[in-house]
Amino acid sequence: MERTTLDLWVGLFVLAGLGALVFLAMKVGNIGSFDAGKTYAVTARFDNVGGLKVRAPVKSAGVVVGRVGEIRFSPKNYEAVVVLNINSAYKFPTDSSASIMTSGLLGEQYVALEAGAEEKMLVQGDTLKITQGAVVLENLIGQFLYGKTGDASKPTTPAK
Amino acid sequence: MHDNLVEIRGLHFGYGARPVLKGIDLTARRGQVIAIMGNSGCGKTTLFRVIGGVVHPTQGSVLVDGTEMVGLDQDGLYSLRRRMGMLFQFGALFTDMSVFDNVAFQLREHTDLPESMIRDLVLMKLNAVGLRGAQDLMPSELSGGMARRVALARAIALDPMLILYDEPFAGLDPISLGVTGNLIRRLTDTLGLTSIVVTHDVQESLKMVDYVYFISEGMVVAQGTPAEIKASDLPYVHQFVHGEEDGPVPFQYPAESYAADLGLSHA
Amino acid sequence: MLDAVRSVGRRTIDGIWRMGVAVRFFGLTLVHSGICLRRPQLVMREIFSAGVLSLIIIVVSGLFVGMVLGLQGYETLQTYGSEEALGVLVALSLVRELGPVVAALLFASRAGSAITAEIGLMKATEQIAAMEMMAVDPIARVVAPRFWGAVISMPLLAAMFSAMGIFGGYLVGVVLIGVDDGSFWSQMQAAVDFRQDILNGVIKSVVFGVAVTVIALFEGYDAPPTAEGVSRATTRTVVTSSLAILALDFVLTAFMFRGV
Repeated sequence: MERTTLDLWVGLFVLAGLGALVFLAMKVGNIGSFDAGKTYAVTARFDNVGGLKVRAPVKSAGVVVGRVGEIRFSPKNYEAVVVLNINSAYKFPTDSSASIMTSGLLGEQYVALEAGAEEKMLVQGDTLKITQGAVVLENLIGQFLYGKTGDASKPTTPAK
Repeated sequence: MHDNLVEIRGLHFGYGARPVLKGIDLTARRGQVIAIMGNSGCGKTTLFRVIGGVVHPTQGSVLVDGTEMVGLDQDGLYSLRRRMGMLFQFGALFTDMSVFDNVAFQLREHTDLPESMIRDLVLMKLNAVGLRGAQDLMPSELSGGMARRVALARAIALDPMLILYDEPFAGLDPISLGVTGNLIRRLTDTLGLTSIVVTHDVQESLKMVDYVYFISEGMVVAQGTPAEIKASDLPYVHQFVHGEEDGPVPFQYPAESYAADLGLSHA
Repeated sequence: MLDAVRSVGRRTIDGIWRMGVAVRFFGLTLVHSGICLRRPQLVMREIFSAGVLSLIIIVVSGLFVGMVLGLQGYETLQTYGSEEALGVLVALSLVRELGPVVAALLFASRAGSAITAEIGLMKATEQIAAMEMMAVDPIARVVAPRFWGAVISMPLLAAMFSAMGIFGGYLVGVVLIGVDDGSFWSQMQAAVDFRQDILNGVIKSVVFGVAVTVIALFEGYDAPPTAEGVSRATTRTVVTSSLAILALDFVLTAFMFRGV
């Protein structure tokens, strides 16, 4: 085979292979939507994280602004400690609130950030004060049943 | 400068427990064409493998251009092999390369010559074997005799001091056979080579060689110039030169008596 | 009885011995790989014969595997009412498992067998011996470029297989059946992680590529120089490398996706 033809074919092959990899990374995987760029980490404590997973999205107004970096249990006050890696391009006031939401009835869980009104912005290492844990379906059903039987005076936490 | 390019003394070699060569003495002087003859399976090809350093003898010494081959490391072996050419029985051309690339192979592997010079050298070598016009053919498009000649051009590409020919006449028609024989003689004389030819084609080789060794069962049984060989009355040589069926080399493979094998011994 | 035990023992010893020789062969190949950097043209030729020539079988198989996944996945998912998860199912099965494994199996039977047959025939026709007599190391000149050519081709082929498969799943799921286009992609993107899934898939295919190529080269180089020897070596290449791919896949999967 002529050398130039061979070079052409090999070049096309390698480009097609790399193209497939880029397609997988950008279009199929989530590297394109986020990951690139710097992030800062803030901590949030929840009484219950439900089914939240590491790398679940952090959304504000429905837009992905970061990802869950780490979930661990704090034996001191029996809470879940969640580290949120937020894209440095997005700044949030220090009194912003985090809540764990579910996309759809059975969909994946994510952390929703709601901006506060403070002038100071969150920086690396800060802790979010106002949080709302995951809605556990069983609790919700139980609450509904108790509410029916008249025990409505007891205030419940995950009411929103 | 050593007068004897190849000197073999007391060479023994065996595959496992089976001895193939049992004490060979052989000398090839510079500029000569030496023939090694013997019936099939006498160890001729093995002798070549020893000279080329492909296998190591169990005993004895092999001197090539004054260098002892036995116990040489790979670098030493490779630098010696660069000055040797070998023609394999069926050419052993690289089937994925054209004739031109086959001949150019060693030049490209061992030298940094520019492509234009490689082209000139290759065409010279191909011209020497009369196949300059076949440079773009693939080995599969060549006849047996042409493949052999291309392989010869490849073997002389680096102007070696020694060429080993493993049965260069096997399977050739009479015309190609004569062409190949003349080519070996002419190249040896014009390029100042030394050639060792393993063959069992007596008539063709006696026409062109300077000295002949007969090997039988791993030993040299006769040697001499073609004239001496033709005149020899040794029974083995006589049988070989004249192609007689039975003689010192028996027609029958060693076996128990025929009668015993057929179960007739009790009769 | 004793003979049977003895034969098991002999086979075991032979097997271990062969494995040792193969590992040594692999080491020699790596040591003699310098030529591939000095003369990249040699590797290019092998990328052509291992990669480019395997392209059609990989692309077509990938497309069909993806289309089947789309059909079957849809059937199963719709019983749970979560057809939008079709993208996730197709993508994860392909990127994590089917892409690397099936591409490597196809590669073993297409390129691996060709490598074994080619080297076996080069040996049978004394081309390897001729090369040695010309003071050219066949490991460096013949084996090493084929090794790198095949090892470079394998992950690229696996990526193309996965990409074609996802496209096939998209064709069947979205274009043919009518799953929502947006959720097909967005759910896929939310679930497929670059490092966890895609990068691990690529690592898998590299490991498979090395295993298949070493087996193919060794079988060819080790084949008895006869027509029968070469044909048996070719068969052994396909069988051994298929087994190696599946066994390695289990080991790698156990390491990569444990506890996630």
